[in-house]
Amino acid sequence: MSTLVIAEHNNSGIKPATLCTVAAAQAMGAEVDILVAGADCAGAGEAAAAVAGVRKVLVADNAVYAHLLAENVSLLIAELGADYDNILAPDTTNGKNIMPRVAALLDVGQISDIISVESADIFKRPIYAGNVIATVQSADAKKVITVRCTAFDGVADSGGSASVESVDAVHDAGISSFVGEEVAVSDRPELTAASIIISGGRGMQNGENFHMLESIADKLGAAVGASRAAVDAGFVPNDMQVGQTGKIVAPDLYIAVGISGAIQHLAGMKDSKVIVAINKDEDAPIFQVADYGLVADLFTAIPELDAAL
Amino acid sequence: MKVLVAVKRVVDYNVKVRAKADGSDVDLNNVKMAINPFCEIAVEEAIRLREAGVATEVIAVSIGDKSCQEQIRTSLALGADRGIQVETEGAVEPLVVAKLLKGVIEKEQPQLVILGKQSIDGDNNQTGQMLGALTNMPQGTFASELVVDGDKITVTREVDGGLQTLSLNLPAIVTTDLRLNEPRYASLPNIMKAKKKQMDVYSPADLGVEPKAHLTTLKVEPPPERKAGIMVASVEELVDKLKNEAKVIS
Repeated sequence: MSTLVIAEHNNSGIKPATLCTVAAAQAMGAEVDILVAGADCAGAGEAAAAVAGVRKVLVADNAVYAHLLAENVSLLIAELGADYDNILAPDTTNGKNIMPRVAALLDVGQISDIISVESADIFKRPIYAGNVIATVQSADAKKVITVRCTAFDGVADSGGSASVESVDAVHDAGISSFVGEEVAVSDRPELTAASIIISGGRGMQNGENFHMLESIADKLGAAVGASRAAVDAGFVPNDMQVGQTGKIVAPDLYIAVGISGAIQHLAGMKDSKVIVAINKDEDAPIFQVADYGLVADLFTAIPELDAAL
Repeated sequence: MKVLVAVKRVVDYNVKVRAKADGSDVDLNNVKMAINPFCEIAVEEAIRLREAGVATEVIAVSIGDKSCQEQIRTSLALGADRGIQVETEGAVEPLVVAKLLKGVIEKEQPQLVILGKQSIDGDNNQTGQMLGALTNMPQGTFASELVVDGDKITVTREVDGGLQTLSLNLPAIVTTDLRLNEPRYASLPNIMKAKKKQMDVYSPADLGVEPKAHLTTLKVEPPPERKAGIMVASVEELVDKLKNEAKVIS
């Protein structure tokens, strides 16, 4: 048996999501290879070769794979996937965008967001915003899977010595092109990789007030997140949203500030190790999942917290 | 330009769904059903395109048993011109849904197909992308803005790092994210008018598709419960607990 893991990378290196996906792949008990697809991504290929327990790294370095356009990359993965029993990608927006296209090209179902590997063909995955966990069995000979990264501890990013092969296949569907991107630049850790997150909700009242959370985040080395309500209200950009359809996080410490705790938000953070809720409404549902709850006006409590740290 | 919108009947987003005690399935007895929120956004976007003179006709399609006609009527009340139901029994997997939609596309030849990015029951986030592969159309998933320009569409997507903008050749597939628009409410006169709008019903066989199961659900169960937490009285006590009890800050 063998498994192909689709790397999440930034061309020069690989991201933690790749390491969690390799962990899930190893749990399936097969030899693991990694595909690094992109343009000018040799650095990421080298980084992938150092990942513990990987057999081989395939590098498809071509302009047609820049920005991982789903139309092109899915053709590449479907071709390479012919040699593998399993194809796994992380639950990043790239993985979610590309993998169902791969599955349909291969005429198999996709198993989305697995949180555990029970056997080579049985997996657990959350449904209904994580209110229910389903155990599912795949009937397909070839399995296309996305991995809920918060559920798997990543393997080591060093100690491996995989061989690196370049892939010559060039697939250009010619039906889509990249126009541009607006990428948030921050010195803080990425939400999905942070060990501490402080998130604000509608109670923050405006975007300016998020600076109070940023100040605390900088003291704790934390990332700043938000509820859907805060993003919809335009306080902060979409990439900060934590929840069922935003980012799924599970840090050591999650501090929810002025967040009521809709089930869609809880779905994105309730696997955090320690949850703190600060809200002036003592009946807010967020307190039901909090390890430590503080009923207080955030505009008093947050400056106090900042001063105490 | 003809626009096809796919809508799904799901449990209302306010309902907290639970697993049945015997683990066989989720308990959907007497639960309020509604149009999937992302599908509602898809319908709204299609109607806005028609109001802007870009689209000429909006067709709402749903796949399911007869009860999903309710969500098609909702779409018609919001402003879709006509409806199509593909009659199926039981749960239908995303790949089968994509194959059925491909059959509808072959009949209707739309230039644009808009779907929700995921349904809030299965949380799969697959159908639009699968449909793209089956029809060889480009896809703009998780869209927060779209602009049709001649034979191309520019789609701004919500991605992990921020926003990404792509240009796609038409015909194309778009899947909606939360901030593409805010859906309107259907007015009473429009709800009445919707009852008279055309609705065609197809079987999977009419579309040349034989539904197949790729995945079997063996068991459903509640997620692990968090142990009850405590309330603290002050910020000072909170910081003390985090440092000395939980040991998550130093």
